[in-house]
Amino acid sequence: MSRNRHTGQAEPTGSVRAYHTPDSVTAATALLADGQAAVIAGGTDLVLQCRAAPSSWQPVLVSIRRIDALYGVREDEGWLWLGPLTTVNELLLDPLVARHAPVLCRAADCFASSQVRNAATVGGNLCNASPAGDLLVPLILLDAQVELCCFDDGVARVRSLPVEQFLIGPGRTSRQPNELLTAVRVPLAEDTRVFAFEKFGTRPALDIATVSVGLSAVRTGDRLTQVRVALGAVAPTALRAREVEAVLENRKLDDETIASAASAALEEINPIDDVRASSWYRKELIHNLLLRVLRNVADS
Amino acid sequence: MSLIHEIAFLLNGSPIRVSVPVTMTVLEMLRGPLNMTGTKLGCGEGECGACSVLVDGQSMNSCILLAVECDGREITSIEGLAADPGTAGLRRAFVDAGAVQCGFCTPGMVIQGKYLLDAEAGGDRAAISRGLEGNLCRCTGYQKVIDAIEQAIVSKAGAGDD
Repeated sequence: MSRNRHTGQAEPTGSVRAYHTPDSVTAATALLADGQAAVIAGGTDLVLQCRAAPSSWQPVLVSIRRIDALYGVREDEGWLWLGPLTTVNELLLDPLVARHAPVLCRAADCFASSQVRNAATVGGNLCNASPAGDLLVPLILLDAQVELCCFDDGVARVRSLPVEQFLIGPGRTSRQPNELLTAVRVPLAEDTRVFAFEKFGTRPALDIATVSVGLSAVRTGDRLTQVRVALGAVAPTALRAREVEAVLENRKLDDETIASAASAALEEINPIDDVRASSWYRKELIHNLLLRVLRNVADS
Repeated sequence: MSLIHEIAFLLNGSPIRVSVPVTMTVLEMLRGPLNMTGTKLGCGEGECGACSVLVDGQSMNSCILLAVECDGREITSIEGLAADPGTAGLRRAFVDAGAVQCGFCTPGMVIQGKYLLDAEAGGDRAAISRGLEGNLCRCTGYQKVIDAIEQAIVSKAGAGDD
């Protein structure tokens, strides 16, 4: 029983009836089979949310931190394989991530604080599916895939899908309650890509993004090809801005193209008014951050 | 009432076994049943760092970390650093720099200072300042805290040259 620090009154806690610490994916997925369990990794979102609203504790809590197969970063047959329990700080420091997915390092560097980065995981950031999740924009840019595993009639089933499809709404993913996120995979790019990531918040640290903008592309002379643009905190999920990509694709990256691209973004986003910013302000930010990102790319 | 679960871990170097509600945080466990009140409750939301502890050497916010998740791990609280010879230089540096005003954020600042010292993140002020992003001081005392950690890093590097 916790006490409210203002009133000193006891507050009701949620009723967690079972707590499990499986040491294998098979054991974990068996525990998830009836769909009544919450998975805990770093806990930085889950514990915060459940303490704010104790009724949101699920009756079964499954801790996955003893599952060795969910840790690590490695190259794996054309993919950069990220264990879902890789912490944000590990992403920030990992030489393979720096080589193959520098935009992910850049976003990890903008993520919360040292204390949160040491606990929060890439799998948790994905499954929490905040529209403002800091790793989601870079993972979309990188064409990352998630692998989901479940235990069905005694048979383990595994499926993979792009992060863009995995995210379906604020706090909502296409993960079924009986599925465990078992890997995040980023295809190793054959071409050298340029990238940019900008997050806007009112202070550098610990801020939930008001908006974020990411770009990845192959530069050929004064043109960009294979352009990916992703935007955060301006729609129910982090999303790819395909209209912006189409404006930029294989076109001379001059002032006119840049202005058209920034304007195109406004047609693709649907930001909300909230405590961090109004919808109008978010649109201004996206427009101006895209201008900045694209001018930096053009000048570099 | 939530399930009670027994856990065993190292607390400031000593093995300990305790039974806690599954939904109890490390901060509540420390300040409640373990009666170690050096670790402070500030925001309770992982924003202010007053509750920082080291878990297996990594600094974390104990207000959003479940106690049951620390089974089998090593927790170091500010009480542990008070008795740790390896932290003497950092403690001295905080005193010498006058890096304390009201003192409420200080346990978290010292824990994070210890983390930065051990992580060898580099002794320059910019790196220290970034390392303290998750620690809020409402008396605006950051410069002296940065001075203290910088001094401790310089002293440690000097000692290493011997």
